[in-house]
Amino acid sequence: MAVALVLVPLLFALAALAIPSNRLRPWLVPVGGSVHLVLVLWALTQPHVSGLGGWLVVDSVARLVLALTSVLFFLCSIYARGYLALYPDRSNRIFCACMFAFIAMLTLIAEAQHLGLMWVAIETTTLASAPMLYFQRSPRSLEATWKYLLIGSVGIALALLGSLFLAYSELRGGLQPSLLLGDLIADAPRLSKPWLRSAFVILFVGYGTKMGLAPMHTWKPDAYGEAPGLVGTLLAGGLTNCAFLAILRFYKICSASGDPRFAQELMIVVGLFSMAVAGVFMARQKDFKRMLAYSSVEHMGILVLGVGIGGAGVFGSMLHMLNNGLAKGVLFLSAANIHRAYASKTTDEVRGALHRLPVSAALLLAGFFAITGSPPFGLFLSEFTILSAAISGAHYAIAGVFLLLLVVIFTGMGATVLTVVQGKPSPNASATTLRDDFSSVMPGIVLIGLVLMLGVYIPGPVNALVRDAALALEAGR
Amino acid sequence: MSDAVDALLVTVLLLNFFVLGTSRLRAVINATALQGILLGVLAVLAHHEFSVRPILIALGAASIKGFVIPWLLLRAMRDVAIRREVEPFIGYIPSLFAGAVATGLAIVFAATLPLADEHVGSLLVPASLATVLTGFIVLTTRRKAITQVAGYLILENGIFIMGLTLVEAIPFLVEVGVLLDLLVGIFIMGIMIYQINREFASLDTAQLTHLRE
Repeated sequence: MAVALVLVPLLFALAALAIPSNRLRPWLVPVGGSVHLVLVLWALTQPHVSGLGGWLVVDSVARLVLALTSVLFFLCSIYARGYLALYPDRSNRIFCACMFAFIAMLTLIAEAQHLGLMWVAIETTTLASAPMLYFQRSPRSLEATWKYLLIGSVGIALALLGSLFLAYSELRGGLQPSLLLGDLIADAPRLSKPWLRSAFVILFVGYGTKMGLAPMHTWKPDAYGEAPGLVGTLLAGGLTNCAFLAILRFYKICSASGDPRFAQELMIVVGLFSMAVAGVFMARQKDFKRMLAYSSVEHMGILVLGVGIGGAGVFGSMLHMLNNGLAKGVLFLSAANIHRAYASKTTDEVRGALHRLPVSAALLLAGFFAITGSPPFGLFLSEFTILSAAISGAHYAIAGVFLLLLVVIFTGMGATVLTVVQGKPSPNASATTLRDDFSSVMPGIVLIGLVLMLGVYIPGPVNALVRDAALALEAGR
Repeated sequence: MSDAVDALLVTVLLLNFFVLGTSRLRAVINATALQGILLGVLAVLAHHEFSVRPILIALGAASIKGFVIPWLLLRAMRDVAIRREVEPFIGYIPSLFAGAVATGLAIVFAATLPLADEHVGSLLVPASLATVLTGFIVLTTRRKAITQVAGYLILENGIFIMGLTLVEAIPFLVEVGVLLDLLVGIFIMGIMIYQINREFASLDTAQLTHLRE
């Protein structure tokens, strides 16, 4: 079963390569997206899903990440059908195949219990997403893809070095080296501490690059700025969370070794620094897609900050991963619609989107309030949980800086978003005939509905998913 | 046996310096290819008993790192008709100096880490870290896309050396996956190099400056 979750999308990728018709192929994407969603939902109802002799296990953290990723991918797959139909002359064979390979690898990352296998899957996501980034074939997207590919590959290479350091900490501890998560957690107290600490730092930098934490975030504004909106969604809501999951796996080993303090301190410092960098670069940001990239840097910072604070912060962080992933979908997809309708993505030309694209502009506005943590959206709840965990843990300075940065980011982001949606379209703005239609706005409406629901009422099964994931990370402390 | 390993590792380190000090792209690619072949030999020597698996991995690593990837890079070089690295961000003498400092730091850092009994006195860990750092220097100080890819390869070679201390920990499947990912990665980078050359009529990544704050 765990194998099928990876294998089925890969089969769809092969099918996408085999279908000759450029017009019919995009229809395969929503079909594959629905099949993956059904399989994941079915797996979530099962008490125990595993495969490959224990190398793949859908454990509690994986369940949360898989649920989020699959829902996002399903909605993106609907969006993708309409998006690809806009470019009938451009071959979408590689794009469709890469989308399926990408979701297969995200699933594999979530399930992998062998850290080497997880590494291979994460590296493959870089390779599968590069052709999707370059879909627009412009010099700017070429530049963004090159940076993404090179910085991502180097980050991932460092993560491999870190994984080897981790294995060496077992060898030095007199244990049989193994990169199986279960073995590492069971033997954690006997791991050689200097190697374990070096391993965590290198892994945090390596997978942190993939996650887009500052100061390793430099690929992000370029990649998200140039990527098609749905690819931005898959990266910001899917891949970054899977990289976060990888860091959580190693954090779990550190905390099981009885020495989580230094890992937590590292996460708090990098978390707050990421928020600060985002705050600085979002102020007066004219390019609204780059602005979303910095928003992603900010929220990755919040995720590691929550885990660094610990206690209820871990629950807040898990809930925040869900909220941020869904809200990022709203923002990226609506921003992409506006970008296409104006053939521009800077506030110099894009104004009055509420007139031209009422639904997309309303979604962008709602997404802005959601992502900045305004009530009644879900992110208010998760950010509040992290804040109160900081206060109850007597981290007053951290809580103060956290609040301050949230306010700075709210004002910075608000200025750009309000310029885009309000006012009248400027007369010299290039007008295209593209307007809102069902497949371009429906995914965003569903996503904002989900974020709103998570803020007002968390359904029992979702609450159980989040709680179990947080408990699994806290257990053994 | 361990003398032979150390001698090969010293050769790997010397190749690092050679890459840092040369401007000819063909020489850089050939040096990384030679490093790849040496790593294949090292992979055989690092195993204490002879069996089929390490031989397969060694052959795979040597043929991919030593022949296939250099061939891809040389082909890319011919397609885009460039031969030399021009005006690196820092000169060749300073980069040699940076390489020396990095190698020194790698040795100092490796000395602070407690080694397992079988690796005490071996050059494996410091050579690995020094090669990783050299790769990093090449990646960040060179302007041509092909040299940057070579830097990435050197970095990967350094990690491969670290992997030699842990031959039992890494399953066959994962090792094959790592090599395949590397190969596909370089292949995609090769396509990108061709596109960059076509779009910008140059392989100078310093021209990739449209995306800036």
